[in-house]
Amino acid sequence: MASDIMTAPARTAPAPEVLLEIAEVSQTYAKGASDDLLVLDGVNITLKAGEIVGLLGRSGSGKSSLLRIIAGLARPAAGEVRWRGRPLRGPSEAIAMVFQSFALFPWLTVLENVEIGLEPLGIPTAERRSRSLQAIDLIGLDGFENAYPKELSGGMRQRVGFARGLVMQPELLLMDEPFSALDVLTAETLRTDVIDLWMEGRLPLRSILMVSHNIEEAVLMCDRILLFTASPGRVAAEIPITLSHPRSRTDAAFRKLVDQVYERMTNPSDPALTAEQTTPEQAASAGVGRKLPDISTNLLAGLMEALAAPPFKGKADLPELADELTMEVDELFPIAETLQLLGFAEVAHGDIRLIEPGRRFVESDVDGRKRLFSEQLLAHVPIVALVRRVLDERPSRRAPYRRFSEELEDFMSEEFAEETLAAVISWGRYAELFAYDEQAQTFSLEDPA
Amino acid sequence: MPVHRPLSASRRPLLAGYTPPNIWDVVVFALVIGALTLIALGGRETLQPLVVANRTPISLDPAVLPGYALRTTMRMFAAMALSLLCTFVFGALAAKSRRAEMVIIPLIDVLQSVPVLGFLSFTVTGFMALFPGQVLGVEFAAIFAIFTSQAWNMVFSFYHSTRTLPRDLKDLSDSMRLGAWRRFWTLEAPYAAPSLIWNAMISMSGAWFFVVASEAISVGRVTVSLPGVGSYVALAIVQHDLRAIGWAVLTMALVILAYDQLLFRPLVAWAEKFRLDPPSTDAPIPRSWVLDFLQRTDLTRRLWRPVQSFLGSLASVRLGRPIDLTPGFSRVWSSRYADWGWYALLALTGALAAWRAAAYIGGEVSLGEVGWCLVLGLITLLRVVVLVVVASAVWLPLGVMIGLRPRWAAALQPVTQFLAAFPANILYPLVVAAVVRFRLAPDIWLSPLMILGAQWYILFNVIAGTRMFPADLLEAAASMRIRGWTWWRKVILPGVLPSYVTGAVTAGGGAWNAAIVAEAASWGSTRLEAHGLGAYIARATADGDLRRVVLGVAVMAVYVVLFNRLVWDPLFTSAARRLRAE
Repeated sequence: MASDIMTAPARTAPAPEVLLEIAEVSQTYAKGASDDLLVLDGVNITLKAGEIVGLLGRSGSGKSSLLRIIAGLARPAAGEVRWRGRPLRGPSEAIAMVFQSFALFPWLTVLENVEIGLEPLGIPTAERRSRSLQAIDLIGLDGFENAYPKELSGGMRQRVGFARGLVMQPELLLMDEPFSALDVLTAETLRTDVIDLWMEGRLPLRSILMVSHNIEEAVLMCDRILLFTASPGRVAAEIPITLSHPRSRTDAAFRKLVDQVYERMTNPSDPALTAEQTTPEQAASAGVGRKLPDISTNLLAGLMEALAAPPFKGKADLPELADELTMEVDELFPIAETLQLLGFAEVAHGDIRLIEPGRRFVESDVDGRKRLFSEQLLAHVPIVALVRRVLDERPSRRAPYRRFSEELEDFMSEEFAEETLAAVISWGRYAELFAYDEQAQTFSLEDPA
Repeated sequence: MPVHRPLSASRRPLLAGYTPPNIWDVVVFALVIGALTLIALGGRETLQPLVVANRTPISLDPAVLPGYALRTTMRMFAAMALSLLCTFVFGALAAKSRRAEMVIIPLIDVLQSVPVLGFLSFTVTGFMALFPGQVLGVEFAAIFAIFTSQAWNMVFSFYHSTRTLPRDLKDLSDSMRLGAWRRFWTLEAPYAAPSLIWNAMISMSGAWFFVVASEAISVGRVTVSLPGVGSYVALAIVQHDLRAIGWAVLTMALVILAYDQLLFRPLVAWAEKFRLDPPSTDAPIPRSWVLDFLQRTDLTRRLWRPVQSFLGSLASVRLGRPIDLTPGFSRVWSSRYADWGWYALLALTGALAAWRAAAYIGGEVSLGEVGWCLVLGLITLLRVVVLVVVASAVWLPLGVMIGLRPRWAAALQPVTQFLAAFPANILYPLVVAAVVRFRLAPDIWLSPLMILGAQWYILFNVIAGTRMFPADLLEAAASMRIRGWTWWRKVILPGVLPSYVTGAVTAGGGAWNAAIVAEAASWGSTRLEAHGLGAYIARATADGDLRRVVLGVAVMAVYVVLFNRLVWDPLFTSAARRLRAE
């Protein structure tokens, strides 16, 4: 149902007005003694009325930090955020947010959850009620008004999240990976519903800014994609999507665009994207301070086997591989990159190719695989080599966890240092390079006898 | 799942992992002991024989017991109201201010370890100084004593909940600009509710012991007896009246049953709706017939609606915007220099308090006696350790066996919970009478009294821990035919260890506290005394010798804090770490 309150203002002005300007915004995280860690570095974005813009990048690329700054939940360390030309300080009435985790109060009903934002505005009870019911109707939650969130499925919960944002009648809706906690089918239904409402002009919004790590989702929904690089986060490229709605994933033009985005994200010659690349040479030059994703050796072996087997025979198009393995691209990316880091495969232009050590790995037996893995680790992952060297040099053949975590924390946040060391431990154990005692938090060379 | 969760109160170290004793503990400790010294000094003048004109004599007629029980219960609830107030003020303060947190959290830790019954002489003295010659002062003293037994774990529970608020809900409240007051009612209070209600229940259970002990107390020549079940029992002891004690036991049992069924079970079941994580499937959801009845009755719904809308309007009271401090002031306020100023202030106050306390105690007590006091502490420590070991040897295997049989466990869990709440000191006269009759050695035979009420915490927690033990692990062990000692050592004990440690800490703490009434007990005119720190404190209290009370309390608190920090915390941390699946 569309009443005059809920209809969108006309989006047909000749020159779309500028809503949001982000100028040279940087953000840091305090990290103990040494210098602060840079998460956002000189980000510039302009958002106009009538467009859906997607921020696309890997997890940890600072896009969520940027969203929090725009929502007024965090202040940038440098730079300025302007809303309609005026500097933004703190949360604004004109901006609402939808959370990845839904962020519903479990002790409030659907209706109460939707109403909650209207109360501080001093809106009378009757109007609160009618506006909330309208928003609930609009997003397709009729009949669930008195349900508690725990009684709802994930998709229905996120609809409550949308209704709660929309009831505020904001001009800009921020969405922080709003579909990534949902299963594939539910996510797709919700995406289509949102796009339909947007195209019909029934959302009381001027613009949407969404964070995503799903390439297809971004191509499906956005008018413009901003590619984000990691550490530090900055906008590396802008890709306009001019396909008309409704867009179809099977459409050739759509596939081409998805391929293009893949290619941009895995292009070794693109200087703006080098931070994303993990060629062995670069990894070595990054040295000990390189962040490692904690990916199990089973996944690495599994992907190499899948790559070596037909139909790929050692070389695959990443979107096709993702399809074949029914994996989301954002699950596939870190595995592929780790293979590249270890010198088992090469990733470029949206393709992945198994190289010589990788081929040999697939053909080897268990002991051979372990040997090969250990060689590649020592050659290509400096932190693993460092752990081994320290253990070899110490007469006790033991070293505490903190010896390495503190060294890593000079380069990265505590959280990342922990994940990196988790990867080091699990890879090192598989390769039988060293042992680790979790209770005592010590690395050692001894075999568990 | 409250009902199946280990029965234990929120404590700092068990939740925060192992922290070795540090300098702040020392400072805070000095502050606590210094404060006690000040109260003792202030109340010194008032230790005249109490002349209370309107004091009603205690009667042993069973007919007066319902009235007494009511008054005892009212004291409990008055103390609970005070505890809640304290919780919201100090818990919130600690969660929101870094500097307050630095003091409040170690303070709670120390206060949890200071024997509550040691407080009693101070509170009686202090409140009688405030209300000379009036019963009101004594009432307040009793309520305050109960409060000191209830409040700390509740404060900590609220602090911990507020600190662990999910970030998305916090972000949401900010982006909706709910404001501090509304945020408290819509987010912080509901989120803290399940844990807070649970801790309040534990506090209430523990407090029955203290309410009974605090109603009849003598400090020097001042004898206080407030109408209540506690003084009824005290009089029955003086008059050798076993029948009256039987009536008191029955009354207490009924009162505790009523408060459990009518108040806390409904509250715990109701608080389920504030739980964020969905309950695991195998643990039954806490239920309450009273709550079901209330929720299904139209009348209560009608009565509840105005209350609800009142609470709702309370939450939407629009408080003025917080004062925006000038940038200059807020910069100075949050600077490092202000931090140093704060540290210096704390350290100075601590030093002053330590000096004052030392001067006060040292005025009459020799260094040799301090040493003797430490030795007595060792004796009591030995008792506590032996009792906890013996109780564990009995209840750990039994608890596991009960826990493995769901129907037994379901039937016995409320019983153990009830036994833990029952004030064991009401039963002391029976044991003391037996010790007197059979001429047993008090040093040995008075000891079991210390664990009488506290042992149930071990049983309860082991049952709960066993029920939470993953069924697939038990099946795997059975299919591999792991039996006997190997099964205990490799399968079940590591699994229930964290729950067991939680129970043992609570039991140990209870035993320390009980030492003050258990190591020196009487039956009629016969007074039995065992050697130990508890007896030392009890005697000093009876003599009105507050210096020695301060000394005894300080020594006991040191023992408890050190024992918790050096034995229980590392044990719990390592047990919990090992159990964690990922």
